[in-house]
Amino acid sequence: MLEIKNLVVQIEDKRILNGLDLTVNKGEVAAIMGPNGSGKSTLSYVIAGKEDYEVLDGEILLDGQNLLEMEPDQRAAAGVFLAFQYPLEIPGVGTMTFLKAALNAQRKARGQDELSTPDFIKQVNAAAAKLEMPKDMLKRALNVGFSGGEKKRMEILQMALLQPSFCILDETDSGLDIDALRIVSEGVNALRSPDRAFLVITHYQRLLNHIVPDTVHVMHGGRIVRTGGKELALELEANGYADYRESEAA
Amino acid sequence: MPAVQETIDQVRSIDVDQYKYGFETEVEMEKAPKGLSEDVIRFISAKKGEPEWMLQWRLDAYKRWLTMKEPNWARVSYDKIDYNDIYYYAAPKNNPAPKSLDEVDPEILKTYEKLGIPLREQEILAGVEPQNRVAVDAVFDSVSVATTFKEELKKAGVIFMPISEAIREYPDLVRQYLGTVVPVTDNFFATLNSAVFTDGSFVYVPPGVRCPMELSTYFRINEKNTGQFERTLIIADKGSYVSYLEGCTAPKRDENQLHAAVVELIALDDAEIKYSTVQNWYPGDAHGKGGIYNFVTKRGDCRGKNSVITWTQVETGSAITWKYPSCILRGDNSRGEFYSIAVSNGMQQVDSGTKMIHLGKNTTSRIISKGIAAGKSENTYRGLVSAHRKATGARNFTNCDSLLIGNQCGAHTVPYIESKNSTAVFEHEATTSKISEDQMFYCQQRGLSEEEATALIVNGFVKDVLQQLPMEFAVEAQKLISISLEGSVG
Ligand SMILES: Nc1ncnc2c1ncn2[C@@H]1O[C@H](COP(=O)(O)OP(=O)(O)OP(=O)(O)O)[C@@H](O)[C@H]1O
Ligand SMILES: [Mg+2]
Repeated sequence: MLEIKNLVVQIEDKRILNGLDLTVNKGEVAAIMGPNGSGKSTLSYVIAGKEDYEVLDGEILLDGQNLLEMEPDQRAAAGVFLAFQYPLEIPGVGTMTFLKAALNAQRKARGQDELSTPDFIKQVNAAAAKLEMPKDMLKRALNVGFSGGEKKRMEILQMALLQPSFCILDETDSGLDIDALRIVSEGVNALRSPDRAFLVITHYQRLLNHIVPDTVHVMHGGRIVRTGGKELALELEANGYADYRESEAA
Repeated sequence: MPAVQETIDQVRSIDVDQYKYGFETEVEMEKAPKGLSEDVIRFISAKKGEPEWMLQWRLDAYKRWLTMKEPNWARVSYDKIDYNDIYYYAAPKNNPAPKSLDEVDPEILKTYEKLGIPLREQEILAGVEPQNRVAVDAVFDSVSVATTFKEELKKAGVIFMPISEAIREYPDLVRQYLGTVVPVTDNFFATLNSAVFTDGSFVYVPPGVRCPMELSTYFRINEKNTGQFERTLIIADKGSYVSYLEGCTAPKRDENQLHAAVVELIALDDAEIKYSTVQNWYPGDAHGKGGIYNFVTKRGDCRGKNSVITWTQVETGSAITWKYPSCILRGDNSRGEFYSIAVSNGMQQVDSGTKMIHLGKNTTSRIISKGIAAGKSENTYRGLVSAHRKATGARNFTNCDSLLIGNQCGAHTVPYIESKNSTAVFEHEATTSKISEDQMFYCQQRGLSEEEATALIVNGFVKDVLQQLPMEFAVEAQKLISISLEGSVG
């Protein structure tokens, strides 16, 4: 599904990704763990197409399409979704208005008809109910004044609504209380399907207790330095990243 | 390439010519000789068949004007205007004014058709629900060419006609009110207008009458090197209500053209006037060549107790806008409101705002201003809120928000507050925001193109003001705003 080969990325002359290779298959849930500043958010931004990042080498293919040649909105229409580590506030734009515009823009890009307003409202309400989000939140401007945890829930609501095929969750667990963590995880698990893949960026095992990954990658210094099964996360939880730091020093 | 850079490049490359009203109409015109002199004023007055007092009024204004200096305090810059290089009167031949639409030059009818302005009552009736009817006065260069629904309005007692006609038919009414809100001596452009004004609308709503439909005037400058000096006078007598809308466009021309209008509103006891403007004069090209100089004096007088005047404006056009629709809150408990959206792109310069002059007791005012600057434009809000010694309990709330698109444009807020009364409460809020690259990326990540994302954010930014427009025009205004900003992002 997603294939990244030898990705080298810099920002303002600072090298952040150093020949990163990563493959995620259809139906797979891959976790990425790694110390602060190792380049996890950078990787997610580069996949989604944020400007400012200079791609010096390598390629990113989604179902064989070259993502690097596409605009961010085209990548979104192709199925890429990024749940932001720090979701943005969009003042003045009602949440419902935003969701409807986003959904219909993607449908249009895929050559589908616009969704009728009643159908749209039904879908949003259903998704909001699953995530136990109060309806009046949907009446406010998008993310404006939302608490940290509310913003994260809103990201998952958007994911549920847009039904993307490749979902990146960047530290979605941070800022969530215990109940919210469970609710959000259930929301993600409900979306797991053989046609959909997930890249879950996290620092903590507790999220992976709920969203059990098929593979765990360790990122360090802008590269994937180790790949294993779900037990790798437990090992990291116990030992930290000391081993990788030493190997770098050596 | 960072988004901002791309925005700039995109703006540089716009051929502003999203302006959809830039066509010209071929029609035979009659003009006064170029330039300004007593003779030209006499010519205009004679053409209009005015009584002697009106001519004297004009001549006095002209003498006064000769002693005045053009103001230069606004944050706008332009080459000196040669007032002798302008035609002050241009009218389609076939005067005196046509009695019915059938006598109007078909080219002119076609012009308004192209502009989407309905002039044929039957057609209006056929298409629209009765309660949404709009009566239109169409002003082409210096004369009114058609006024619709006149008869029906007359039945309700409402007078709605070109001001030149009102001067002949209702001289006492005109004389009683003309120049009582914007005195002849008010300012350079208002004085010029008083000397040379050619046409505009006159509205009188009698006591207790709620005007049965929206009234609107549609101004079109067509002739080259011609100034448009319209004069509008609206009187809402005791306990009456009227909602009035003006729209305006002009052909694309390389030379700048002057538009110096005066609008006076008078609301007596318990009366309410809603005045809305959708201003879309030709803004000039991407390099600042051509476009209308819109130097306008608009003022409303809440003369009676409990009266209300609301100004709503959507300003997208003109090379330069200099305009401060104001309210004099004379009557006790009167209320003034100002809602404004000013969009500037390319090389446009906007210096606009309002004045709320609190004179009566317990008077209230509310100012909501939304400035959107893109391209290399400059967008200034300038406002004055003042309370007189006797204006006990005066209250004002002001909110000025600016939104910047790209980083070659400027937004400025210049609020003046003068309070001579300790019980007055004035609140002022102002924000300046920029559509950040991060917000743009977030929207795009959800599937919206940059254009769609900008439109969404801009619509959110202006919606409080759009809600104030009569429904029929809110949609138009929204479209206009997005057209004006087309090409402002990459
Ligand atoms: N605009 C920028 N300019 C300079 N350096 C940057 C910029 N953006 C990111 N970096 C640097 O790139 C490195 C990787 O950042 P990134 O956000 O990808 O890390 P991360 O792995 O997501 O960290 P965390 O676990 O703290 O979220 C950091 O050292 C960061 O300071
Ligand atoms: Mg991060």
